[in-house]
Amino acid sequence: MEAFLDDWGLTLVTFVPLVGALVMMATPKEEESAHKMIALGTSLIAAVFGVLLLFNFDYGDAGALQFVVDKEWINVINSRYIVALDGISLPLLILTLGVVPLCIIYSFGHFPEPHNPKAFLSLILVLETGMIGSFIAQDLILFFVFFEVVLLPMFFLIGVWGGDDRRYASLKFFLYTLFGSALMLVSFLALFFLADGTNSTMAGDVVSATERTFDMRLLSTGATAGIARSAQLWVFGGMFIGFGVKVPMFPFHTWLPDAHTQAPTVGSVILAAVLLKLGTYGFVRIAIPFLPEAAAAWAPVIGLLAVIGIIYGALGCLAQTDMKRLIAFSSVAHMGFVMLGISTLTDFGINAAIFGMVAHGLITGMLFFVAGSMKDRYHTLDMGRLGGLLLQAPKLGWILAFAAMASLGLPGLAGFWGEFPAILASYNPAAILNESVWRAFMVVAALGTVLAAGYLLWMVQKTAFGNPTEEFANDPHIRDVSKFEWISWSPFLVLIVVFGFYPNAIFNLTDDAVIGSLEVESVVVLNIDGDPIEVVNANGDVITVANSSGCLEQEDGIDCFNNNRIKAERAAAERLASLETASGN
Amino acid sequence: MSTTYLATEASNLAVEASGFFLENVWIIPAIMAASFVVILGFGKRMPRGGSEVGIAAVAVCFVLALLTAGQWIGQVNEAAACTPETCDYIVDEHHDAEADADEHHDEEGAFQVDTGVGSSDGESASALTAFTEAEEGSTAAAAKAVVSERTWWSNGGINFTVGTMVDGLTVTLLVVVTLVSLLVHIYSTDYVAGDRRFTHYFGFLSLFTAAMLFFVTSANVLQMIVGWELVGVCSFALIGHWWEEQPNSDAALKAFLTNRVGDIGLLIGMIVLFFASDEKWGIIEINAGAIEGTTSHTLLLIASLCLLAAVMSKSGQFFLHTWLPDAMAGPTPVSALIHAATMVVAGVYLIARLYGVFFHGLSIGGSSINALAVIGAVTTLVGASLAFVQDDIKKVLAYSTISQLGYMTLALGVGAWTAAVFHLTTHALFKACLFLGAGSVSHAVHSFDMKKDMGGMRKFMPTTYKTFLIGSIALAGLPPLAGFWSKDEILAGTGGWGFFEGESHANGAYTIMLVMGMITAAMTAAYMTRVMYLTFFGEFRGGHHDDAHHGDPHESGPRILWPLRILAGLAVVAGLMNLPKGFLGLPSGWTLRFEHYVEPLAATGYFPKISHADPSWSLAIFSTLVVASAVGVAYYYYFVRVNAQSPSATELVNGPTERSRLLKAGHTMLKNRYYLDHIYDGGEPVGAAGANAMGTIFGAAAGLTLGFSLDNGLNQPFWPSVMWGVILGLTIFTIVTAALRTGMGIASVVKQPMANAANWVHENVIDAAVDEVGKNSVKTADALYKYIDQGVIDGSVNAAGRGSQGAGGELRRWSTGKVQQYATVMFAGATLLAGLLIIVI
Amino acid sequence: MYLVQFLILSSVLFCIGVYGVLARRNAVLVLMSIELILNAVNINLIAFGAFNGAAIPAEVFALFIIAVAAAEVGVGLALVLTIYRNSKNIDLHQVDLLKG
Repeated sequence: MEAFLDDWGLTLVTFVPLVGALVMMATPKEEESAHKMIALGTSLIAAVFGVLLLFNFDYGDAGALQFVVDKEWINVINSRYIVALDGISLPLLILTLGVVPLCIIYSFGHFPEPHNPKAFLSLILVLETGMIGSFIAQDLILFFVFFEVVLLPMFFLIGVWGGDDRRYASLKFFLYTLFGSALMLVSFLALFFLADGTNSTMAGDVVSATERTFDMRLLSTGATAGIARSAQLWVFGGMFIGFGVKVPMFPFHTWLPDAHTQAPTVGSVILAAVLLKLGTYGFVRIAIPFLPEAAAAWAPVIGLLAVIGIIYGALGCLAQTDMKRLIAFSSVAHMGFVMLGISTLTDFGINAAIFGMVAHGLITGMLFFVAGSMKDRYHTLDMGRLGGLLLQAPKLGWILAFAAMASLGLPGLAGFWGEFPAILASYNPAAILNESVWRAFMVVAALGTVLAAGYLLWMVQKTAFGNPTEEFANDPHIRDVSKFEWISWSPFLVLIVVFGFYPNAIFNLTDDAVIGSLEVESVVVLNIDGDPIEVVNANGDVITVANSSGCLEQEDGIDCFNNNRIKAERAAAERLASLETASGN
Repeated sequence: MSTTYLATEASNLAVEASGFFLENVWIIPAIMAASFVVILGFGKRMPRGGSEVGIAAVAVCFVLALLTAGQWIGQVNEAAACTPETCDYIVDEHHDAEADADEHHDEEGAFQVDTGVGSSDGESASALTAFTEAEEGSTAAAAKAVVSERTWWSNGGINFTVGTMVDGLTVTLLVVVTLVSLLVHIYSTDYVAGDRRFTHYFGFLSLFTAAMLFFVTSANVLQMIVGWELVGVCSFALIGHWWEEQPNSDAALKAFLTNRVGDIGLLIGMIVLFFASDEKWGIIEINAGAIEGTTSHTLLLIASLCLLAAVMSKSGQFFLHTWLPDAMAGPTPVSALIHAATMVVAGVYLIARLYGVFFHGLSIGGSSINALAVIGAVTTLVGASLAFVQDDIKKVLAYSTISQLGYMTLALGVGAWTAAVFHLTTHALFKACLFLGAGSVSHAVHSFDMKKDMGGMRKFMPTTYKTFLIGSIALAGLPPLAGFWSKDEILAGTGGWGFFEGESHANGAYTIMLVMGMITAAMTAAYMTRVMYLTFFGEFRGGHHDDAHHGDPHESGPRILWPLRILAGLAVVAGLMNLPKGFLGLPSGWTLRFEHYVEPLAATGYFPKISHADPSWSLAIFSTLVVASAVGVAYYYYFVRVNAQSPSATELVNGPTERSRLLKAGHTMLKNRYYLDHIYDGGEPVGAAGANAMGTIFGAAAGLTLGFSLDNGLNQPFWPSVMWGVILGLTIFTIVTAALRTGMGIASVVKQPMANAANWVHENVIDAAVDEVGKNSVKTADALYKYIDQGVIDGSVNAAGRGSQGAGGELRRWSTGKVQQYATVMFAGATLLAGLLIIVI
Repeated sequence: MYLVQFLILSSVLFCIGVYGVLARRNAVLVLMSIELILNAVNINLIAFGAFNGAAIPAEVFALFIIAVAAAEVGVGLALVLTIYRNSKNIDLHQVDLLKG
């Protein structure tokens, strides 16, 4: 069984939904219940495999890639079918596998017009394949393919089942993302031509390396070391726009409110819960580990745009009258916190960012569910016309208030652990970055938490508190939470609380992998005499150091840095400064 | 004549305390959390709507808290009886090596130890000359706080723990919170009986109690943040309990958002502390770092100023106090529990808990005024003055709470730690009594308006009247009730009469605090007399509601009266917990019990060496006289003059505010609550005078505070600090006044019809700059959204789209669909290329 | 025999073909004109091959082109037939299905 999982687990998880979609194509359109069963069944089978992977995952070694499959694919361009799972991918994979079946269940009760479950559900299954594939691909071309596969189903979901302005929104979404992807692809190709796979520390025994490669394992472990700094900056810039559009970062965010507002509920939920994470995941998995030097150069820009996003998104929220649009803008603010964490380039900040991704997925997904259900009942989300939800549908109202509280970063619920550590990390960014700048970011981000409380509570007050408006006072359609809604929502609600109380469930998982991803092949560290010594590579191999364990000799003994590049760099910088003052005297 | 003795100098021994309840104190908040879950899940199906679960849980917690307290007292006693032979103890090496165990008999003749383990270090010899008598508490070995922790989460290779820390302070809060919570639970079963959200109400009471207990038992500051925010949410939910009415949910929002503003300070302050103390969250580690001087002083100063912002919002300190009176929109028992007795003291508790940080960050032990003392003193005056003009009995009590919280902050600011915590305890008891009493009255008359609906209530509600009277006397601070002892200790802590003497108050810098505290004491006595008259004396003015079936107001039921009786009884005796040293010649085992058991000794390593004021008979007598004469004046005004005018009158027809313009102006200003809310709302124009007044207040307060604390941090002497303060004050004055003036100028221009253009600027630019809060930030956001987001950013995207569409339209005319035209073009192109090829080659 | 004579022949054929493609309205005639162009190329190929002695005999390519041309005519005529069926007409000026 374990051997089977090792070889086939990830592939099955990825492609079972696609197979389900194909089976549905072959099933006549009229058999709606069959379609529902197939869709739910296949997504559940994928989820079961996900759970098996979860159980067989080696948590002691969460930093290493597991369940690796490495097969030939497109030999001409040295692109291979490589999929693998580590501590960064696992939470996002499980999030995806969990969200999709729940969305399918939810949709049973709320098929948007023009109905057609066959098309709707098979698109969701195709979407699932794309999302999962993106999170586990370890080859740039494979990643790119999956990344693009996601685009089309979402385009149709918005364009066919969306609101009144759906054609505009879907086209905007599609073109925006495609524009980003194009630049991203150019960057990938540039890496292919510029990097040298045999430079990688993993080249050789573990991974067979060729000079030109799309293998992400090689590219993140030193294959890019030889690229000129200016080229690195350009390549990073391409990826920055590609992933930044997806996140979305200010000022690439304007597709998001439209897409969210127009998308059907399930589309909004998947968009918020998983799709936005593809962008941040790209930063964590690809952009930063591949090009650490360029990342350091770009980090101030990322950080600045992140805090602008936080404040800007919050102000955007305050200006909205449409509830769904408000929630969409709040995504801009929340993803700002995630990007702020990433911009610190510290393990702490990136862990916070990954937590923030999962937490935002659960919480904002939940908010969109509630907004969708309210739209079903009231047929409007204009906050001026709503009110008194707590009187008419108390459970729905409480769930809304609960999700709002979680979203504003209340400690004890999941949102806090994405937000607070990100703020914390920006007090102390990586040694190569300017501390004062990030401390200014920190203060601005902390201001953002006040605004978050402001708009979310304002929304709750407008919609849930007070008495129902005359228009809806005696509307029989406004009923409380239904069976399908309970089934699909309760996992979200439970997980928001569980992660809030036990954040280690995620931090523990991601920590090793993140630390690993921040290591670079070699760091020049000076010893006491000012002589350059090289520290460690990703395998823990010591290349040239003062002693055998990759530690730096200090005046008062030996300091080890647990292979942590940031700490080693900081020590080196301090040493250099002290040497300079010494020589100055 | 000595004014201080240095208790903590004397002891350098610390003993590890232990005990089942001390180590497993997490059970207490866990029980309350479980109670919340049970009530929420099953409460509606229970015969008493879940209230029985809540009461049972909180009663168990109260018992457990008492047991914990008992165990702690036992530990302290054990430590005090400790000798090197009988128990393991830890010599704190930071004190010094001279004080080893053999030298346990002190050289100084005046200083005789009775337990035989204490000793003093040589370097504080000058301080020791101040000793007048031996004091048991001063020589006991310190019982260390009991900390039990386990890993909570880890990130970046750092482990974060969750756990509990129990010492005297924790135990005090445990008992106070569970006691008041228990009484409020019982009281509520009557008070909110029949409420449509009865179960939900009790659920949130449980959750609040759980969060508060979690907060006070926190072992690290991260947990404190969690607890801090959770109590905030419960407060939000309970203020907005009757959310059908817009004002209630507005008040709830205001409370939460104001607290959120302070929370910025909390988050940043804690983050600074975390990194300043070498990536540690533990309260003990942070305090120890601050005390040992390993933490950078500048960072401590920044952290304590940031945390001060949090304290200002949570504990209702000037000028972030405006949410607290509004919070009275919640049910009265909630006001008693959350907005008087427990949650609002969270800020004070935070300072007390992290006292090492504040003590050294703000140089409290130094010799000049600091931010904490200034804020406390200003708050206590502001609160007391505002309490004068309220007609709503709960608002009087709310402003009184602000004023009393100011007292506590002031006490912490001048270094009188024990006095602050003691006042926290007594205040919780008598203020809860007063609030519940006010609730009892309003239960009878269905209103909180003293002038319209009350008067002469003592005839209808004798028990409520008596308990309220006791609470009022305790609050006013007349001996021998609880408030007297704690207030007096604070006044003595400011340096007392020893203006220019003593070790730590050498320049008498805190004398101003003493004066302000004394004025507040007088005002407190006067406004409570006013409340007594308006509520319980004169003639009943209510009964004009159309509720004939109610008849005359009647006394409340036993579930309301018994909590009142208990609290009133405690308000009488609680002061005896901490009788002054040498009071009436009592032996040392009878005096200063509270200090002995609650105040951590410096030997524990996490508490700074603080000095204690000597009690002063003359000060006590003087303050009693001040209070008594204030009562006398108010009594003459209301009970004699007003009553003579008419038994149902509430003010003199031609009173002083009518006759004197100055007094009238003052009255108007108070009625408008110093215009603070106007400023925050950015609503109605304040008027030029208002702007100037605000500029002055802000400028003076902020400038002085900043100036003093900054220079305190830099250890500057007194006068340069004042100079700095004046400069900063003037700057801030100018900025605030100018900003307000500009805002108003623009507002007045806008009103003129000719200024359409200015209107545009106002709406889209100036408003954004002047007001960031509330409505105006919505306007800004609107503008931002409309012009920048939809206009510039989205516009450019759309323009790109339209551009390519236009280009496409142009090209469209070329694609006629005629194959031969295409071919012509193709051949033409090919020919052209071929021609080029020839030329090039 | 000179190479240039072959080239002149092929250019003439090519020009006739281009004229036919661009000017005739009858689809069948256009197809025939395309054949002329292709054959002009064939002549060029064979002429160059014969005169320059290429490594691979140029006839191979010529045969290829003939084969492709046959296929192309097959498809072309099929298209013409379909167009005729639909519009009873093979006038290229009337056919603008590609119009954007």
